[in-house]
Amino acid sequence: MRAAALAALGAALVLSGCAALEPKPKPAPAVHVNEDPYPSTYARYPGAPTVIRHATVFSGDGQQINDGTVVFADGVIQAVGGPELASPAGAVEIDGTGKFVTPGIIDVHSHLGDYPSPGVTANSDGNEATDPVTPEVWAEHSVWPQDPGFSRALVNGGVTTLQILPGSANLFGGRSVVLKNVPGRTVQEMKFPGAPYGLKMACGENPKRVYGSKGNMPQTRMGNIALARETWVKARDYKRKWDEYYAKGGDMPERDLAMDTLKGVLEGKILIHNHCYRADEMANMIDMAKEFGYHVTAFHHAVEAYKIADLLAANNICAVMWADWYGFKMEAYDAVKENIPLVHNAGACAIVHSDDPNYIQRLNQEASKALADGIRAGIPNLSEAVAWQWLSANPAKALGILDRTGTLTAGKMADVVLWNGDPFSDYSRPERVWIDGAEMYDANNPKKRPVSDFELGQPGEGDVK
Amino acid sequence: MMLRLAAALLLAGAVPAAAETVAITGGTVALGDGSEPIPNGMVVIRDGRVVAAGNVRMKLPAGTQVIDATGKWVTPGIVAGFSRLGLADVNLSAEGADDTGNDGPFNAAIDIAPAINPLYQPVAVNRADGVTRAIVAPAAGKNIFAGQGAVIDTGADMEPITARRKFQFVELGETGSNKGGGSRASAHVLFRNALREASELRRYASPIEAARSGTPDQRERAVVRNPNESRLYGTSAQRSEDVLLTRFDAAALVPVLQGRQYLLVHAERASDILQVLDLAREFPSLKIVLVGATEGWLVADSIAHAKIPVIASAVNDLPASFEQIAATQSNVGRMRAAGVDVSIGMVNDNDTHNLFMERQYAGNLVGLQRIPGATGVSWGEALAMITSRPAQAIGMGGEIGSLARGARADVVIWSGDPLEGSSAAEQVFIDGVAQPLETHQTRLFERYRYLPRTDLPKAYRH
Repeated sequence: MRAAALAALGAALVLSGCAALEPKPKPAPAVHVNEDPYPSTYARYPGAPTVIRHATVFSGDGQQINDGTVVFADGVIQAVGGPELASPAGAVEIDGTGKFVTPGIIDVHSHLGDYPSPGVTANSDGNEATDPVTPEVWAEHSVWPQDPGFSRALVNGGVTTLQILPGSANLFGGRSVVLKNVPGRTVQEMKFPGAPYGLKMACGENPKRVYGSKGNMPQTRMGNIALARETWVKARDYKRKWDEYYAKGGDMPERDLAMDTLKGVLEGKILIHNHCYRADEMANMIDMAKEFGYHVTAFHHAVEAYKIADLLAANNICAVMWADWYGFKMEAYDAVKENIPLVHNAGACAIVHSDDPNYIQRLNQEASKALADGIRAGIPNLSEAVAWQWLSANPAKALGILDRTGTLTAGKMADVVLWNGDPFSDYSRPERVWIDGAEMYDANNPKKRPVSDFELGQPGEGDVK
Repeated sequence: MMLRLAAALLLAGAVPAAAETVAITGGTVALGDGSEPIPNGMVVIRDGRVVAAGNVRMKLPAGTQVIDATGKWVTPGIVAGFSRLGLADVNLSAEGADDTGNDGPFNAAIDIAPAINPLYQPVAVNRADGVTRAIVAPAAGKNIFAGQGAVIDTGADMEPITARRKFQFVELGETGSNKGGGSRASAHVLFRNALREASELRRYASPIEAARSGTPDQRERAVVRNPNESRLYGTSAQRSEDVLLTRFDAAALVPVLQGRQYLLVHAERASDILQVLDLAREFPSLKIVLVGATEGWLVADSIAHAKIPVIASAVNDLPASFEQIAATQSNVGRMRAAGVDVSIGMVNDNDTHNLFMERQYAGNLVGLQRIPGATGVSWGEALAMITSRPAQAIGMGGEIGSLARGARADVVIWSGDPLEGSSAAEQVFIDGVAQPLETHQTRLFERYRYLPRTDLPKAYRH
């Protein structure tokens, strides 16, 4: 062992001796690191060309079409319009009289799979609460594809796309993953092809409580900010090294998985999803983003967004909100029921989210409450069609996938829900749901709904019995 | 703010409707008894009580205050079937704002009433959304017995208690297992032992309260001032050597054992429910109400046969724990179809804050009627599940939760169908008293409705 080590040392000395005598060699060209080592293997399931006629259509971009027609085939929307639209040959015709068609709901804030049902310790994989700075962890590596919650979100909620985030114990909680709500054996089979990664950040009570209680930094809000800034300083330095390496080649800098994620943010490839309740803290985070040269895509749980809706609009930041949750902690104390419509009215991007395996089944009803509260408060230009933007187009924008889904637009993915009534009513439910044109749920066909492995053979069997 | 609050309290503390008759006319009236809504109905209240409601045609006395509710809906106020309303303003990291804990030495003897703060914001927020009464349970601390719960109103006054020590709450499912030593078997022995200790105390106890005068014999005889106040068992009450409960805790279970106080039992798993039904057979005097019962549909016939009412979670459809593996959103509908008296509670579901969710949940149960293979409930039944049924479950059916003649005049005028979350409470009466609907939230909305900078900071807008 010792002899071998000495021999190796000798060889190294010889090599370096030779190098000193010869002209300096050209640095080795840079080797690019694979930025997608766990790639999506999602492939859409087959679907028949389909035409839904005589339905009320919320196209998702604020428009409503009465007696509307939606045509999709080959996984994509072909046409959306009135009764005049022609059907493709051999299309399945669905009479949507009295029914509503919308884009599939997109939840930008879910922990399905990383806090699955049953919520036992063995399945608790949402918070790597061992260090306040863990941008190196990826939510997808915690996602249990067999979480029964996915199926409930699909069949009761009409949710076709969702972002799974790490928890909020940490200032930098880790990478998110965007999933198609199509059951898979692996998370790779669910990953939304080409969706950018997100990075979960958190301000406020959670990080300071989790680490402060252990006597570690951060223990205060100023500690939160200081530690986050120190981390961004390191990230900038890391990015500089890699930029230099990619420009000039030479010795590859040492890989740091945490810094890789932050570098992706600074390059604009990874979107910031920032858990932040209070208006003053959101303002601090906006300044932090400017200080280090990144952009906050969305503030999540933005209970006080209404106080700074103008600031959010000016900075092109989405606010991700509940309709009426309040008071469960101090930073949620100043909730108002008009938060979502007020943010919308200020010209900012308003989004309804769940953060909950039950609420995700009723996001349309949450939007309904917010819409009604807004109308009662006299906020102008609100309608059901307008409010549907909070459920699909704006979430798609926040996830960087609006060019592919989120509205019923020709050429986009056929992520479509047929509701058995007005989805802004508590009495309405999805009747059929298509993802990429494949029918994943049909209320009239017990075989057309998913049952997770976990529930197979159990009483109730995934609420299908 | 203080001035407004004071004004609100004065308003409520007064007895405005005392001699005045109020008639709410022209609205769609739902009685809360399971019947379907009545178009163009009327509700008449006087002296804090319902005089008449429904398809009423009566001569109104002179001076009647008439409220036109045309285009509105009128129902009894929502009764939160299981809650912790009034116990917390803020749940997390806010010292002094949460009284749901119990690390103390007592369990069954706990009386939740002293913890209720009617000025906490969740009381106002739920009042403003038409919740007028709530069944409030203590949370279990170290023992399977959580203590004695109350029924409260949400009125803007300092007298929230409608019924004190109305029931004992005990955990006999997974939580019971955790509190009771790590298994259901252990929890059940603890339960039986507690009843034994209560029974022994009853047998050996000297009077509940000794008479202060009369012959020595008379002084030994019980004078029951408040049938549910059993903490007064004297020190002379003999007990065995091998007791586990404190004297206070054992004494608190005497009225449970005697059937004078309801026993709310939390159990979710089908097998746990059957064990509770067994207890009901073994101790026939117990007045048991099941709480939770997520897997109740698997044993619905047995529950119905035992005539034990259930306060259930409305749309619990996830196998969130191993005691809820059979969870289905049809649970409530199936239990009801089997003949079980079901009402809706917020069982471990934002129970200090979001009681207003109950009407949305009830609406979802109605919607389930249209889902093939699912079991929902009718509109009238759904409303009853959040008004009269929870009241009936604890023996207060004639008093609260319905518009039956003589019931307390808890009345809500809604902008529309109350089972639609999009509808709002426009006027709320509790005991016939018109309630303020202003909250911290409504004030904040007014302050931040318009954001552009003005001559003074927002803090001056009030």
